[in-house]
Amino acid sequence: MSEHIASKKFYISIWAGLICLTAATAVAANIELHQFNIVLALIIATCKMLLVALFFMGLKYVSDKMTLVVVVAGLFWLFILLALGMTDYISRSWV
Amino acid sequence: MATTAVAAPERENYLNKQYGISSWLLTTDHKRIALLYLVTITLFFFIGGFFALLIRLELLTPEGDLVLADTYNRLFTMHGQVMVFFFLIPAVPAVLGNFLIPIMIGAKDLAFPRINLLSWYLLVIGGVLMVYTILAGGVDTGWTFYTPLSTHFLDSHVITAALAIFVAGFSSILTGLNFIVTIHKMRAPGMTWSRLPLFVWANYATAIIQVLGTPVLAITLMLVALERIFNLGIFNPQLGGDPLLFQHLFWFYSHPAVYIMILPGMGVVSEVVACFSRKRVFGYRAMALAVIAIAVLGFLVWAHHMFVAGMSLYAGLAFSLLSYFVAIPSAVKVFNWTATMYKGSISYTTPMLYAFGFIGLFTMGGLTGLFLACLGIDVHVTDTYFVIAHFHYIMVGGMVMAYLGGMHFWWPKISGRMYPESWGKLAALIIFIGFNLTFFPQFVLGYLGMPRRYWQYSPEFQVLNVLSTAGATILAVGYLLPMAYFLWSMRYGKPAPANPWAAAGLEWTVSSPPTTFNFDETPVVTTEAYNYDELPEVPVER
Amino acid sequence: MMGMWIFLITEIMFFGGMFFGYMIYRYFYYNAWAAGSQHMDFWWGTINTVVLLCSSLSMAMAVRSAQLGQRKSIAVLSLITILFGLAFLGIKAIEYHGHWIAHEFPGSRFQWEGPYSNEVQLFFSFYWAMTGFHALHMVIGVGLVSYIAWHGWKGRYGPHYYNPVENVGLYWHFVDIVWIYLYPLLYLISHQRVLG
Repeated sequence: MSEHIASKKFYISIWAGLICLTAATAVAANIELHQFNIVLALIIATCKMLLVALFFMGLKYVSDKMTLVVVVAGLFWLFILLALGMTDYISRSWV
Repeated sequence: MATTAVAAPERENYLNKQYGISSWLLTTDHKRIALLYLVTITLFFFIGGFFALLIRLELLTPEGDLVLADTYNRLFTMHGQVMVFFFLIPAVPAVLGNFLIPIMIGAKDLAFPRINLLSWYLLVIGGVLMVYTILAGGVDTGWTFYTPLSTHFLDSHVITAALAIFVAGFSSILTGLNFIVTIHKMRAPGMTWSRLPLFVWANYATAIIQVLGTPVLAITLMLVALERIFNLGIFNPQLGGDPLLFQHLFWFYSHPAVYIMILPGMGVVSEVVACFSRKRVFGYRAMALAVIAIAVLGFLVWAHHMFVAGMSLYAGLAFSLLSYFVAIPSAVKVFNWTATMYKGSISYTTPMLYAFGFIGLFTMGGLTGLFLACLGIDVHVTDTYFVIAHFHYIMVGGMVMAYLGGMHFWWPKISGRMYPESWGKLAALIIFIGFNLTFFPQFVLGYLGMPRRYWQYSPEFQVLNVLSTAGATILAVGYLLPMAYFLWSMRYGKPAPANPWAAAGLEWTVSSPPTTFNFDETPVVTTEAYNYDELPEVPVER
Repeated sequence: MMGMWIFLITEIMFFGGMFFGYMIYRYFYYNAWAAGSQHMDFWWGTINTVVLLCSSLSMAMAVRSAQLGQRKSIAVLSLITILFGLAFLGIKAIEYHGHWIAHEFPGSRFQWEGPYSNEVQLFFSFYWAMTGFHALHMVIGVGLVSYIAWHGWKGRYGPHYYNPVENVGLYWHFVDIVWIYLYPLLYLISHQRVLG
């Protein structure tokens, strides 16, 4: 159990940040940035994910560091699937 | 051999603490749950074995004359699915792991005892669905469910089979989750990570794979079912889909799955070899790191199952190289077991015989895996009996032997009885002979070009096939023997002392069988794992 | 707690399989992906994203109330979370209905005016599968939060024991995170024009 207890104000400010980022991504989607559109969208989504994970889910304040290892491992494993799997599709057209 | 019932000590233990069916079906005692699993997986072993015998009977003659081609497809599919998902994946972790891990770390039970029971029920529900699938006519896709055959071209019971495996997969995930939390949080005082028995390390590495890999299988099976029901096209080239996407997703789990199957067996071998060499395991740290390395590297090699499927050659090169790397920690383990035995005081007990069998046969299976990892060779032997021989050497020659070795080693602890040693040795010998006679000819057959999954073959392959079937019959006899004498021993076997093998490990400090909560007081650990130089040398009971 | 985090990484891998498939086909069929995304309702999707973020706020506050032993707050904040969750599911139902009557459901029902019909059908396969599994997780989440609301009201949770509330919170936030990624990937691919 985590011992750190945040204030209501703090949670509301995190929420406000999330709403702003949502607005940002919605607006950015209407601006033509070619290849960068998806990059920007994913960056914003990742920032939102970090806000939720670190502050709403309490990852910033966990006492047991193994929890961080577990989360990083999970994300890394997803990365293995996506990246190593993509090597096949990207290189199929190579001569 | 005595044939009168020997009265067991009346001391209370986990077996006699409560009687009645609900005390078993609603138990949360990890030891009872282990026995529930034992009954379930043994049943599925014989179901899967039954299909194997039918396959070998058909292959006695070159013509397809015993069953129809379509039936043959169902036979090898059901053999594979039942054996992989309902025997091999659960066997060592759910039976031996469940029983031993809490005791080995000095705990009263697993971290989540009710989830442990739920895991068993999930396996049973999956099993019932699988039996339904079999009785309804089975599936004929091969255990690998390749698309678009499984999604668009067959009317067999693909969805019920997929559902059965989906449910069984959750059993596996929850067991893995339970083990990870237990090993992290419930070790007794003084039981540091570097004092853990290697069996615990092996199951920990296995649990990591179960937790990270099985969900991908789950979503893949769901997508196959949705594709079948709604004709989606995700895996259908006619609608723009890619069949290889299925293979990527399927093998992302199914390759690490083979490490789920073998790593616990390796843990058993470490325990057995140390005990019957009366020496600590050589290179403890390397052995522990090796199982973790196998678990991690095992996730990076999956596409070596797809070299000839149409994937990019460049990606094939990458996966081939990675597959060579994963062999390294396995080899380290084989060398270290050998070094453990060097200048040890060897006893040729039944568990040790199985361990010898494992080390030799796993090595052969593993080396032939390297043949297959080589792109050029793979083009020649993939989808032939060479591959079948390769994985059966590891799964049967390795994993099943380790499982039997572990069952014999810990039988006194589990049941409170000794099995008859001479019968044990005889069965081990029969199994070893039967195994090699069944599967060695298959290496040759594959190299000569006999394809897998064909119900008829070219006549020049018949002699080797007959040898293989003869071996399978011997193997079947060998497997029936332990069933018989383990059951016999429960009533007539000699009562076992707490530590019949004079082995190291916390499990040998508690009574045989243990009490429900394992320890009267929480043990405090002060020694390394295999402190055989400190333990008294006691003649091993025959 | 560690157990719940381990369970969540299994969920990462579960959804991850679909993200992998999505990524592959977006790479090959960008135009079809963009065309399909144009037929998503931008406003419903954006409102739903906000709804879920609000539900995460109320859920986090509910966990906080449990840590402080504020019995009534736990129940009230849990109920607010459930209401937001149900709102999300309601909006999803409206969207699904819209797609259904527009023949944007893959299979024999699918009809599409315009090029890349097969590939657009693939896009919708992923849309329905990904949002469908997400919605299923939302339904389970609503059930879990109801359990917390009930027992919170009965006074079971406090500073000495709030593990279940925390665990349900983790699950709820995770399902929100999945949507945080689904929103741009499904709704915002190309909202001004289709290229090429």
